[in-house]
Amino acid sequence: MTVNGNTTGHEVEPRLLLVYYLREVLGLTGTNVGCDTSSCGACTVLLDGESVKSCTVLAAQADGAEVTTIEGLASADGTMDPVQRAFRENHGLQCGYCTPGMVMAVVSLLAEVPHPTEAEVRQGLKGNLCRCTGYHNIVRSVLAAAAASDARAGVAAGQ
Amino acid sequence: MIPASFDYVRASSVQEAISLLVAYGDDVKLLAGGHSLLPLMKLRLATPSVLVDLGPLSELSYVRDGGDHLAIGALTRHRDLEVSELLRDQVPVLAHVAAQVGDPQVRHRGTIGGSLAHADPASDLPAVILALGGALVAMGPDGERTIEATQFWQGFLETALRPDEVLTEVRVPKGVASQAGFGGRRHSEAGSGGRGWSFQKLNRRAQDWATVGVVAVSNGYTAVSLINMASTPVRATAVEEALAGGATAAEAAALASDGLNPPDDLNASSGFRRHLATVLVRRALEEVAS
Repeated sequence: MTVNGNTTGHEVEPRLLLVYYLREVLGLTGTNVGCDTSSCGACTVLLDGESVKSCTVLAAQADGAEVTTIEGLASADGTMDPVQRAFRENHGLQCGYCTPGMVMAVVSLLAEVPHPTEAEVRQGLKGNLCRCTGYHNIVRSVLAAAAASDARAGVAAGQ
Repeated sequence: MIPASFDYVRASSVQEAISLLVAYGDDVKLLAGGHSLLPLMKLRLATPSVLVDLGPLSELSYVRDGGDHLAIGALTRHRDLEVSELLRDQVPVLAHVAAQVGDPQVRHRGTIGGSLAHADPASDLPAVILALGGALVAMGPDGERTIEATQFWQGFLETALRPDEVLTEVRVPKGVASQAGFGGRRHSEAGSGGRGWSFQKLNRRAQDWATVGVVAVSNGYTAVSLINMASTPVRATAVEEALAGGATAAEAAALASDGLNPPDDLNASSGFRRHLATVLVRRALEEVAS
């Protein structure tokens, strides 16, 4: 599979879950394990561009696919993804445990619904739990990220 | 939580999957999106020795016009149902309900065939296929056969599929309950159907299975099916007959749990489920008629 643009290949046990492949074989520990029962969304990564819970995907099922983790979002020079930036600017995190999964779920959501309403954001994030109950600022971050990408598109169109 | 050890085989065709089912017998499970099976395996409630992964069979992912019906490939994901223009136009209730399953991450992986074959009576999609009067196509060593939805679910997590059969396609009649457009309700909660169909789901937390759910569709005759009211998805026959006999929505809804013994569990008592069924069926019937 390709992970954050790098081709990787390992012989793994069939029962190895994608999240443990990422964390323990590749050392990409940005993806967290939360509930481990496909409920909390902390382990969310992109599989071929779409959000999935990596605790409920076998590494073997992702063979040949393109996986993006939180480590793969920022550019090589460290410039954060607009969604990451919006979370930072809008205090979209408290303890930060749910954040990598939350951010990946948002990247996927905005790819599908670039101009979400607040209700659509809340529906779109129903698979991600925040135990700090910081949903208010998380939703604000998503709306800010959507607006920021509009602003950039506007600038690009104006040029 | 780590599943027990198993061997993993990727099927390169339906025929190969059938051969593997025949070869391994009772100890094999088919893997589609894995969102019912893998959680069970992680809890060690399922410990198959062999998993045959159907994931690579992209030829089983489609929504096609089959003349008087729509044909849906068994590996079509909930997300694909949600955004299928053909489905939203012809059978909007199915596209709507697919958009209410679990959460976006689940819908990116889960498949309609997997959900129907897993046969969880708390799942949303089986009840839709049952209410629509759909049919399921199974392929086995001796070829293909069609199973009516009314015959498919036989018990808790139990279907009419034989151990050596693969569910390949789901067929739903076209034009049933397509009077109302799908609208922009992709992310809206349960209960926002339109004339001709309705989906009502009550759950405690956003991504939970339904405590009780109701699907109603009408094109003259009104069909009503219930989620999590028995060991299989069921049609509310008493409600349907009462409606056909001229009863009002409230009168018919009072019969929602007739002949049923709904489950009693941590989420709800059997009695509370009976009450919910009455309320949700009434809401569904009112929405269908509105």
